[in-house]
Amino acid sequence: MSTTVSRPDTDGGPPGGGGRRRPSVKTVLVWTAVAIVGAVAWTVLALARGETVSALWILFAALCSYAIAYRFYAKFIARRVLAVDDRRATPAERLHNGIDFDVTDRRVLFGHHFAAIAGAGPLVGPVLAAQMGYLPGTIWIIVGVIFAGAVQDMTVLFFSMRRNGKSLGQMVREEIGIVGGIAALIAVFAIMIIILAVLALIVVNALAESPWGVFSIALTIPIALFMGVYLRTIRPGRVLEATAIGVVLLLAAVIGGGLIDDTGLGEALTLSKEWLVLALVVYGFVASVLPVWLLLTPRDYLSTFMKVGVIVLLAIGLLLARPVLQADAVTDFAREGTGPVFAGSLFPFVFITIACGALSGFHALISSGTTPKMVAKESQVRLIGYGGMLMESFVAISALIAAVVIDQGLYFAMNSPAGATGGTVESAAAYVNGLGFDTTAQDLAAASAAVQEPSLVSRTGGAPTLAVGIANILSDAFGAGMAAFWYHFAIMFEALFILTAVDAGTRVGRFMLQDTIGNVWKRFGDLSWRPGNIMASAAVVALWGYILYVGVTDPLGGVNQLFPLFGIANQLLAAIALTLVTVLLIKHGKARYAWVTGVPLAWDLVVTMTASFQKVFSSDPAVGYFAQRARYATARDAGELLAPAQNADQMDRIVYNSTLNGVLQAVFALLVLVVVVNAVVVIARALRTGGPVPTTEEPAVPSSIVEPSGLFATADEKRAMAEHERLVGAGARGHGTFTEEGPPR
Amino acid sequence: MSGGNATAVRSALTRALRGVHWYLKELTGEARWDDYLRHCAEHGHEPMSRREFERRRADEAERNPVSRCC
Repeated sequence: MSTTVSRPDTDGGPPGGGGRRRPSVKTVLVWTAVAIVGAVAWTVLALARGETVSALWILFAALCSYAIAYRFYAKFIARRVLAVDDRRATPAERLHNGIDFDVTDRRVLFGHHFAAIAGAGPLVGPVLAAQMGYLPGTIWIIVGVIFAGAVQDMTVLFFSMRRNGKSLGQMVREEIGIVGGIAALIAVFAIMIIILAVLALIVVNALAESPWGVFSIALTIPIALFMGVYLRTIRPGRVLEATAIGVVLLLAAVIGGGLIDDTGLGEALTLSKEWLVLALVVYGFVASVLPVWLLLTPRDYLSTFMKVGVIVLLAIGLLLARPVLQADAVTDFAREGTGPVFAGSLFPFVFITIACGALSGFHALISSGTTPKMVAKESQVRLIGYGGMLMESFVAISALIAAVVIDQGLYFAMNSPAGATGGTVESAAAYVNGLGFDTTAQDLAAASAAVQEPSLVSRTGGAPTLAVGIANILSDAFGAGMAAFWYHFAIMFEALFILTAVDAGTRVGRFMLQDTIGNVWKRFGDLSWRPGNIMASAAVVALWGYILYVGVTDPLGGVNQLFPLFGIANQLLAAIALTLVTVLLIKHGKARYAWVTGVPLAWDLVVTMTASFQKVFSSDPAVGYFAQRARYATARDAGELLAPAQNADQMDRIVYNSTLNGVLQAVFALLVLVVVVNAVVVIARALRTGGPVPTTEEPAVPSSIVEPSGLFATADEKRAMAEHERLVGAGARGHGTFTEEGPPR
Repeated sequence: MSGGNATAVRSALTRALRGVHWYLKELTGEARWDDYLRHCAEHGHEPMSRREFERRRADEAERNPVSRCC
């Protein structure tokens, strides 16, 4: 009620609490201690050279920085910049229908939001960026999330919430303009396709020639189907039961995979990359047309539980094992840009290789879709938007640690493309020695034997490296002898996330396609029209499947070629989102705070445009797609073969792929520039009027619910809730009818 | 004294477990059925069967796809 909620814009008091108070001595001491621990950790990381440094310093630097950022910066953004107002009813309260608009407990919504934003991305990017050393990745993940990623997620969530949960594309169209809106719509769709293709590529690289991995991943499908049927007919709605059974079966599948190696089944499941592509494409199509209860929903439960379980396990493992950093703080590749994992120098390529975990544009789609329709109180955007992203950043930091505590000779043998390593342990060892890292063929063979994989050479994509890192850490923490189990357990859960993302992404892409084409062909837009579903699903699957195939068969290495495209695409989406929120701040008459989103936007534009420019125009064939094309085309026309191509067909393929990648890269950058130019026009117009200009924000309606804003209720909030309960009576939540019940998420 | 401590520990543990159970039920949506039953009791409606209820929820999920990020 209004009596319990202060006006954040006038007295600056905490939402749901009293006015501004002098901080207690205890508070000052605690935050000083946090600041000191954080500062010490950063100093150790920055100054240590050539001595043994514990990986825990990275963990402490991250956690202290997150705490300070959440306590001070996120609060500043909530109160001053956004001026969240808990007297105002959120769309969840105003439009409550028990379906998509639904007042949700903040802690539960935090879980939903986190499960939606965090997948394999924060696990993979940091692993690849580790070729530059541990310091660049650590700094970007932590600083990036605090000033860019979490700010984006929180502000997009806020502005979408003020507009009844409108989507990013819709807001760009209405607040920036029709041209920008169309560009944004195309960009979102295209970027989603690239993201799905690259995620699928990571799974293919992790499972190729690995019967154990294929076995356990394949079994996730019948397990999910079983759960689906269980929840539909055997014991409807008993999700916890079904998930517990599913998790046990999943672990059994991982253990069982270890037994099939020397059997006929093991041979049958030793699949080439091409076969895996076919399997994934068929799977993606079937998953998209099947009813969600059968496969997607149960798989999502499994994936969410595994996600949280593994993160907790890894954090405990790190504390117990206390591994030592093996990578240099900054490697020569960072300065010279000649790294084998991906080409290009530290700036801009670290900042696009690590997208998820620092700044991920894809989150803007989630912050402007499901989540804003479920927020109970405006001030909770800080916990859900900013806090959720900090949590993802923590996942990224854990992944980075896992990659920099493994032997660096092994790291480069695993992550350099097959064209470079030659594919055998002997040739890989020679190649890695040439890079300046110690390893021997015996070491590499022993490493793969320890995790019971046929080979670890050129297992690019980040997932196998992360799995080796996790296996090392968990073996150290919980006893040796289980490395192979932990490795395949890690592979299984990464693939599980990715398949969930591929399922869900294909479905969302299908809906977008049907919705867009439905504007001109009415029938196609009808989501329940079966032929429409099938056609749209096939189109989406064909698009990402094609790019996946291109990546898998690329002689230069699909990850090496496509991952930059993926990172840049994701960051370009972030540029669109940050442009939107900057425009909105200015339109709302808050130009003096526009730097909060404007600075990360400027940084993101500099990074993505530099990277795009280099990928398109660089004369270095290792970096520029068209320079690469020219080099191989010239050689091909002269009848020559250039390594790593082994025949004329591969030469053709490289020429074709480089052209395709270069064109995609250029198109993405242009689409974003269209949005930005359109936004500049709108900003100029808004600034000329001097004051706030009209936006599509919904008018304020007084709220009649009382909820805490942070993770834990303060004493004031508890009092306010008790008071409210007394006045209104119990069961004040959930006023809607239940005749049409809501979705599970 | 130690008996008192043990009881306190046990009750704290029970509370924590109950909290986790509550959270998981809310997170997975399993708790929606309990909400519905309570709602029906308050308004004197005859509740539909659980099977029917979950089927409607699945139909809703079909219409509202959720995105999963990378």
